[in-house]
Amino acid sequence: MLGWQEIRQRYRRSVIGPFWLTISMGVMIGAMGPLYGKLFGQDLSVYFPHLAISLVLWMLVSNLINDCSNAFIAAAGFIQQIRLPLTIHILRAIWKNLIIFAHNLVVVVLVFLFYPPEMGWHMLQMPLGVFMIAVNSLWFGVLVGLFCARFRDIPQIVASVVQIAFFLTPVFWKVEMLGRFAWAAQINPLYHFIEIVRAPLLSDGASLLSWGAVLLITLLGYTVMIMFFTRFRARIAYWV
Amino acid sequence: MVSIIAKNLVVEFPMYWGRSRSLKNTFIRAATGGLLARDAADRVVIQALNDISFEFREGDRVGIVGHNGSGKSTLLRTIAGAYEPVSGTMDVTGKLATMLSITLGMDTESTGYENIFLRAIIMGLTRKEIEPLVDEICEFAELGDYIHMPMRAYSSGMSMRLAFAISTSVPADIILMDEWMSVGDAEFSRKSQSRLQVMVDQARILILASHDEQLIRQNCNKIMHLDHGKLVKLESI
Repeated sequence: MLGWQEIRQRYRRSVIGPFWLTISMGVMIGAMGPLYGKLFGQDLSVYFPHLAISLVLWMLVSNLINDCSNAFIAAAGFIQQIRLPLTIHILRAIWKNLIIFAHNLVVVVLVFLFYPPEMGWHMLQMPLGVFMIAVNSLWFGVLVGLFCARFRDIPQIVASVVQIAFFLTPVFWKVEMLGRFAWAAQINPLYHFIEIVRAPLLSDGASLLSWGAVLLITLLGYTVMIMFFTRFRARIAYWV
Repeated sequence: MVSIIAKNLVVEFPMYWGRSRSLKNTFIRAATGGLLARDAADRVVIQALNDISFEFREGDRVGIVGHNGSGKSTLLRTIAGAYEPVSGTMDVTGKLATMLSITLGMDTESTGYENIFLRAIIMGLTRKEIEPLVDEICEFAELGDYIHMPMRAYSSGMSMRLAFAISTSVPADIILMDEWMSVGDAEFSRKSQSRLQVMVDQARILILASHDEQLIRQNCNKIMHLDHGKLVKLESI
């Protein structure tokens, strides 16, 4: 509900509202697809869908990282006035980004109309993948948000790391292009989160390695988050 | 049983500014150990509430008086549960209504009607609980068709009327108020005063922070004097 509110603000006063995001996304993909396809010497029918879904996903993941880590700071007014479960502020950021993601999916669907993917049951993995991204955003948001509230340098650090990660994660390029250096992508956790949503659409599903990595990160993340959260939960109101 | 019990309550605000809030300094401190560690112990804190104990039960009407910065608002926010005490305990039993910032959670791009629901969520109500009250709120706020306009079209008085109508629509056991609320023009003000009075009279406990001695004498049966975060005197009148 509170997540909708921010989206609704964008719908107000503009005829097509958040679809502006979709359009700018579409234009970006439309322009970059052929260009990078050429640069990398890729077959457009393979590269174009890859780029479309990758960019849309990257938008989701990177905005989630940035919004979730700033959620506590942004909600300072609420946190200092009334008692609400602190996770609400993170969930609100997650919900907002999921709605934007749903808008951007339109671009992917359009691209798939021109370059139809291989249909099949394996596609059902995709919603599960999105769900896992959301689930992991929660622990990430609480844990990193806590540090961001305490140390105001961290939001800047997070933002620059995300920027660099954009180039290091296989968004523009594909893992296969690395040849025998593919491991360099596989040690990148973000790769696995993108892969569990992307692979079901482009091939016959994500590898067990990716699912395993995501599961492991989820368990570890929640463990660490709960350790810190129980210790510092009460301090957040003083920090923000 | 409605009650507010505080035992040796301490609330301190750590003061972070550029230097101590940056990560680098904490790392350096950790690395260099001894020398700068003293810095960590000397951290500047503001003691907003210092060793406060009290017990309020049903029927208590408490007025909090004190200078600016004596800890009145912090005490209210601690009772509201926003700040958890650094040490000591604060136990609150009963349904709370905090009138500290009645427009919190409202959004100027949304219509007044939508804001009723937004505000209700912030007050901890479910959709089902607020729905039957919507008509009454609209009627009381006297906004007419403006209720379906975005709130940015409202005058500040109109926004306050709506916020007031929502905040006073649900009865509560405990009411926290920072200064007596007064909204709207003369006519609306009269109407809102009687509504607020009814709500206050129904509540089991009222906590009212104010600078207005006369107001407190009218509405309260206990006065709590705060000075520099300390409870100086708790008298019954």
